[in-house]
Formats: sequence, C-alpha cells, structure tokens
Amino acid sequence: MVMATFKLWRGGRDAGRFEDYQTDITEGMVVLDAVHQIQAEQAQDLAVRWNCKAGKCGSCSAEVNGSPKLMCMTRCSDIPLDKPVTIEPMKAFPLIKDLVTDVSWNFQVKKRIKPFKPRQPDADDGTWRMAQADIDRVQEFRKCIECFLCQDVCHVLREHQMHDAFIGPRFFVYGASLEMHPLDVENRLGDLKDTDGIGYCNITKCCTKVCPEDITITDNAIIPLKERVVDEFYDPLQKLFRIFRPKR
Amino acid sequence: MLNYETHEYDVLVIGAGGAGLRAAIEASATRLSVGLVCKSLLGKAHTVMAEGGIAAALANVDRRDDWKVHFTDTMRGGQYVNNWRMAELHAKEAPACVRELEAWGALFDRTPDGRILQRNFGGHKYPRLAHVGDRTGLEMIRTLQDHGIHQGIEAHMECTVVTLLKDDGRVVGAFGYDRERGRFRVFRAKAVVLGTGGVGRAYKITSNSWEYTGDGHSLAYHAGADLMDMEFVQFHPTGMVWPPSVRGILVTEGVRGEGGVLRNREGRRFMFDDIPELYRNQTSDNEEEGWRYTQGDPDARRPPELLTRDHVARCIVREIKEGRGSPHDGVFLDIAWIKDRLPTAEEHIRRKLPSMYHQFKQLAGIDITKEAMEVGPTTHYVMGGIRVDADTQMSNVAGLFAAGECAAGLHGANRLGGNSLSDLLVFGKRAGRYAAEFAMENGAGAIDETQIESTAAWALRYFESNGSAPSEAENPYRVQADLQDTMQDLVGIVRTESDLRKGVEALRHLAERAQRVSVQGNREYNAGWHTAMDLRHLMTVSEAIALAALERKESRGAHFREDYPDKDENEARDSIIVRRGPDGEMRVTREALPATRADLQTIIEEMQ
Repeated sequence: MVMATFKLWRGGRDAGRFEDYQTDITEGMVVLDAVHQIQAEQAQDLAVRWNCKAGKCGSCSAEVNGSPKLMCMTRCSDIPLDKPVTIEPMKAFPLIKDLVTDVSWNFQVKKRIKPFKPRQPDADDGTWRMAQADIDRVQEFRKCIECFLCQDVCHVLREHQMHDAFIGPRFFVYGASLEMHPLDVENRLGDLKDTDGIGYCNITKCCTKVCPEDITITDNAIIPLKERVVDEFYDPLQKLFRIFRPKR
Repeated sequence: MLNYETHEYDVLVIGAGGAGLRAAIEASATRLSVGLVCKSLLGKAHTVMAEGGIAAALANVDRRDDWKVHFTDTMRGGQYVNNWRMAELHAKEAPACVRELEAWGALFDRTPDGRILQRNFGGHKYPRLAHVGDRTGLEMIRTLQDHGIHQGIEAHMECTVVTLLKDDGRVVGAFGYDRERGRFRVFRAKAVVLGTGGVGRAYKITSNSWEYTGDGHSLAYHAGADLMDMEFVQFHPTGMVWPPSVRGILVTEGVRGEGGVLRNREGRRFMFDDIPELYRNQTSDNEEEGWRYTQGDPDARRPPELLTRDHVARCIVREIKEGRGSPHDGVFLDIAWIKDRLPTAEEHIRRKLPSMYHQFKQLAGIDITKEAMEVGPTTHYVMGGIRVDADTQMSNVAGLFAAGECAAGLHGANRLGGNSLSDLLVFGKRAGRYAAEFAMENGAGAIDETQIESTAAWALRYFESNGSAPSEAENPYRVQADLQDTMQDLVGIVRTESDLRKGVEALRHLAERAQRVSVQGNREYNAGWHTAMDLRHLMTVSEAIALAALERKESRGAHFREDYPDKDENEARDSIIVRRGPDGEMRVTREALPATRADLQTIIEEMQ
C-alpha cells in the first residue's frame, strides 16, 4: 500500500481549479478506484461518469497526466505515484462539472448521419447471407464503445474547435461501419465530403493511438473513406463517365 | 412555488437498456409521442456489458433446435416455477427478434454458409446463442440505439426518476431530476414502461454498475405493484476475484462454451463430482465427450461446466469452503489448456473471447491464452421483479408496464445465460406495443401537485442536516457500503433462517441510518446526493429479497437454504409475492403458481 496524491480538476463552467487529495493505493487498483475512494471519503459531491468498470461502456473518459484514458482500464501501478497524478476532464467538449463534460454534440452528429439501409433480403424467409470474411472489417468498427477519446484528442476538434464543420474520428468510424456494411445500400460519400468535413483530417493518427478498443481508425476507416470520396468526386476519368452516365 | 420542467408524452419509457430501447422503438412505431428517460448516457446501460449472446432457436447450427426445446430448457433451468406463458412467448418470438436486429444493422458472427452463428451455453441443449465474439451486448444496444434515434423518440439522458405519479389507481407519469443541474422534471404520460434493470448494487460483490439500484422494482412497489420471486437472485459463477478492486467483474460463460474448464487447487475438474439428477442424461461424464461437445459434435453431451449457473456457483462455493480454492478465494478457470487440442488455440481464444483477453491482460496482468484465470461467484441478475401479465407486460397497476430484468416470471428460479438479451427484445417489444395500445385507449390523467411537492421536499431535505445533530449525519456512500456488506453476508448465496432474520434486523437499522444521511455541495451533478436518493430504492429491494428468502423454505435454483437444502414440491406450488400494505409496511404473501397449459406440460414431459 502506498499513499498517492491526486490532483483532480474541481469546478463547473465558470470557475475551476486543481485540488489535491491523498489516498491509499492498494494492489491492482485502477485510477477510477482511486477517484471513487476520494469521492466516498473526501469529496462526496465529486462529479465523475462511470458504469461498467471493465472497459466496455466508454463512460469514464478523462485525461490522466495529460493523456486521454479510460480511468477504469488505467492501473495505478502503470503510472508514477511518487509525484502527483493529475486527472482532468476531456478538453474537446464543454465542461459540466469536475470530470464530467457535455458530450451531447456527439449524439447530435450521429443523428445527422444517414441510417443503415439494407438491400432486399437474400432468402424467402427475410434473412441475409454474409460471409464472415466480408464482415470482419466492419466488426472492427463496431467494437467502438463511444468513449469519445478519439474526438478529444483530434486537433481539428480540440485545438480548432471545428465542431460545426467536422464530425470527428468517432463518426468516420461509424460512417465506415455503414458504408462498408455488406447489406447497406445508402450513399453517404457526398455528406462525408461536404457536411462531415473528412478533408480536414490530415491523418496524424492521434485518434488511433488513444483508442482503448484498438480500432485502427485512421488506416482502416478514415483513409478508405477518403479514397472513396476522391474516387467519387475528384477522379477525372470518373468525372468524364459521370457526364455521360444517366442521372441516378 | 416549486420550479420544474414538464414534458408530455403518450408513452414514457424509463430505462434505456435493451428492454427500454426496444419498448420505445415499438411504441414510436404507432406514431404516438414517446419519451425515454435514462440515468446515464444513451448506449451505456447494462446491456452493453452482456457478453455471451442472445438465445433464440434459429436452428442455424443444429437443425434439431426449435421453440419447444428452448421452452423446455428455459423451464428446466428455472426449476419449473417460471411463468409458462412467458417462457412460451419468449421461445416462439426470440428468433424473429434476432432477425429484426440484423435488419437494423447488427452484424453477428457467421456460419460457413453465411447465416447467424450460434454458440453453446449453459443449460441450452443445442448451440443457440447468436453472438459477436464476447461483446454481443454492445452490438445489441448500439443497434437499438442507432435505429431508435431515427424513430422520433425524445431521449432525456442523465435523468433519474424518483417516483411514479398516480391518479386514482392509475400511473400517469413520473417525477425526477436531471443530473447536470439537479432541476426537477415532471413527465406526464398515458402509459409508463419500466425497463430499469436489476438490483446488483445491493451486494458488495457484483458485476453490476452504480445504476443497478432496483429503481424500477422500487418505483413500482411504492406505486402499488406486486413484486414476485424476489428470493431468486442469480450469482454468476465466474466473476473476477483478483486483484481486489476488480472483484465481481464478469467473466463470460462463453469461456466455458469455448472449452474452458473449472479446476480446484489440486487441479481436479470438480464439476464432474456433482451432476444433478435433472441434468444427468444431458451431461457428459468424461472429459473427452465434454470437449467434443464444445467443438460442435452433435452426439456429445455437454460438459458439467455448462450446467446451470446456480449449480456451478454452489459447486465453486463448496470447493472454496472445503479448502480447495485458488489462492485468492476462487477457483481456476482454464481456457489456455485447449492448446493441447487446437494448434491455433491462442488466435482462437483472442478471436472468440477478445474482451476477456483484454480484461485480464489489462486489469490482472494475466494472459488467458497461457494461464488460468481465478474466478468466483458474483451477484449478476435478479430473476424476481414486477409481477406482470405475460402477454401485455402490464403490472397490477393500470398504465404501468415492465419488461426485462425488472419484470418477473420468465426465468423462474434461475435464468439461463443468453435468455436475458432475448427477454429484453421479446418483452420490450410487447411492453411497447401494449403500452401504446393503453395510451390510445386512455386519456392523460391528472397530476397530483401535492405528491410532487412532497417528493421534492424529501429530495431536498438531504441538503439539510435532516433534523439530526451534525455529528450524527451519515455519509451516503458509507450507508450504501454497509448495506452491501449486510446483503452479501446475510442474504447471499447460502442462506439460513437465523442469518436472514439478522439481515432483516440489520436492514431496519440501516433504514434508520438512511434517514440521517446528509450530503455536501449543491444540486449540480452531485454524486453524493444521487447516491443518497438511490438508497431508498436499494433499501426497498433489499428488504423484499430478505423477506421473500425467509418465506421460501426450500432450496430451488438460485435460492439455497442451508436449513432446507432440498427441493420441496409443496413450496414450489406458490410464488412469493411482496406488496406494500396500507400503512406502508412490506407484506409477504403467497399465491398459487398457475398450472401449465396441458400441451406445454406434454412437451416438458416428452423432453425429460
């Protein structure tokens, strides 16, 4: 057992500061355990989101010593405890209180994306046939737990605050999961180019690095979507074809 | 004058896990206005943690499967105190509900011919669980969420309901607060559906999150609804036991479905030592046959690790009690051993059990492809809940519906793995449909201002010293922790009359302490205040569990009484009902279980 100091961000929209709390760390504790212990013993009204405590729900996102993490999957033994551990809320979203931010923008963005639209069923009983090999890549995207750490770390959102023109890595992954779904017949490429701002992503791969589900966001979702957008709108040959092709 | 926002809907759904979302989608299909209230953000409810799969007799993997076999398995697993009509509807309607998810975008793992793949699970005769690796719950909740947001449902996230509003015997709305600002909200509705999940936070060791404080059970109870089967609390046999901070986190039954075995510290597969009579014909008596079963051999019988959860949990407790447990008071669950049989074992484990691999690697520093896990029982699910009509899911209070874990009946004395997700779909859909019908036939009721005022006053009293001296003020987290210790120690897996009586007494004392709870800070996103208000629900369900457990003087399914260790068919004739008496006291009564319809009884007997 060691005594560790945690500097937690306390405060709401108008004023905030770091406050120091000391608490005992025992074997196996994760950062969320430490935060809960502080909450129960020293800071009853501390605001923190959590649910599953097993890396499955994506609620307890925060910045631990400056890096975006799920607090429930960050073991105290993996961070230096001889100096204070800072825990602060995600920066890409407005603060509500303490470690809790207003992530409602993400839910609004998702609502804007055209929903799944399946092709006609393959069999008379209304079912489809799909090969496992054809759904492997989409299953990778569907592992997303919507922790929004990728959004938090994306500089287009974090530094440039372009929430109106850019939907962020989470929703490119979502878009890819729909566009590459073997049954889906909807076309979202125009939206990806125009309203979703996929062009603003300059593939620095920050999102991929922080994904707790290890989704290869940039390489497997964003770049293939960018290629599809380029093929659709910027390929000179395709453009020629389109001139002579009857309108859809 | 009390300040609050008012929202009006035809149908109000409380809870946004699988049952709540499915109910909301169904109700909105009738073009009625639908409001959806949930304690967390959308998509974070407990359904997201479900791992193994959705049980449905699709017969994609084994053609012998059909609704009759699923029905029989469910009744046998529930030790025949299930509501037979719910078990029938569930078995018949689950396959269509799974296909519906696929039509909404869900991507289940596939069979070689491109259909939905199904896996083995405890108590299911054939491979029956549609799944996506070990993250089926995530697939299900995300599919429902992404479909639901386009159906015109209005969601109120991070909003907690404190009481149901009544007008002359009928439920006409709900009163609650938003977490962000702590402002009060009134929801007026012609019909209300509860899909609030379970009660796991009443116990110290649990796989459940902070939300699972029995809100729906308690809201319904205080509104006059009957609770039923509350003595049946499922302790999942395999929760993590080490390190201490992760104790209780679930380890999916899918590990055993893929060939994982349980061993004691002597290395012995102790599950072979005690195979119940009811399952003897279906269970293998040697390791070789058990392995073949997990690899899909249709002629092999299931290994004893895949017996029902109540039984496996008790066997694990026995091993630990008799000194044959693992170093940290658990037993060993070993999937790594399959490398002796499968050349590609490591890759196979990582592919079929990715989140288990990740969970142990990250939280316990254990590589499950190389080492055995340490596991022990964890409070997982409550079979008991709000007593509902099997077809419509309406409670005995008009306008109040319930579906999923907070409703009782389908699972009897023990739930089979995989039957929960299908329960949410089948009965969520039914609750939504019949709540919408009720809303179409009934106008909006009157809202009782005095009920709102008194509830608000109760909620705000926590910021005062509650009439007691500051030195006597109680910390809400402390009271909750002591309640969890009480339930764990006295109303846990192995029960006796004297422990249960001590438990009831301790709960009365805790109720007094709960009165003296006071909280710090203000109303904005104040976790201490939320914990204090949730205590009322936790106290209610804890008392209901303890009293019902005292009343059932036999051992059946998840309810094990050391002083009555055997099944007693006389006891099994009744359901134990908990309802609120006229003076607010909790009353326990018995009601005869309805006789199973003759044709269904024949099916059960034919499949013995």
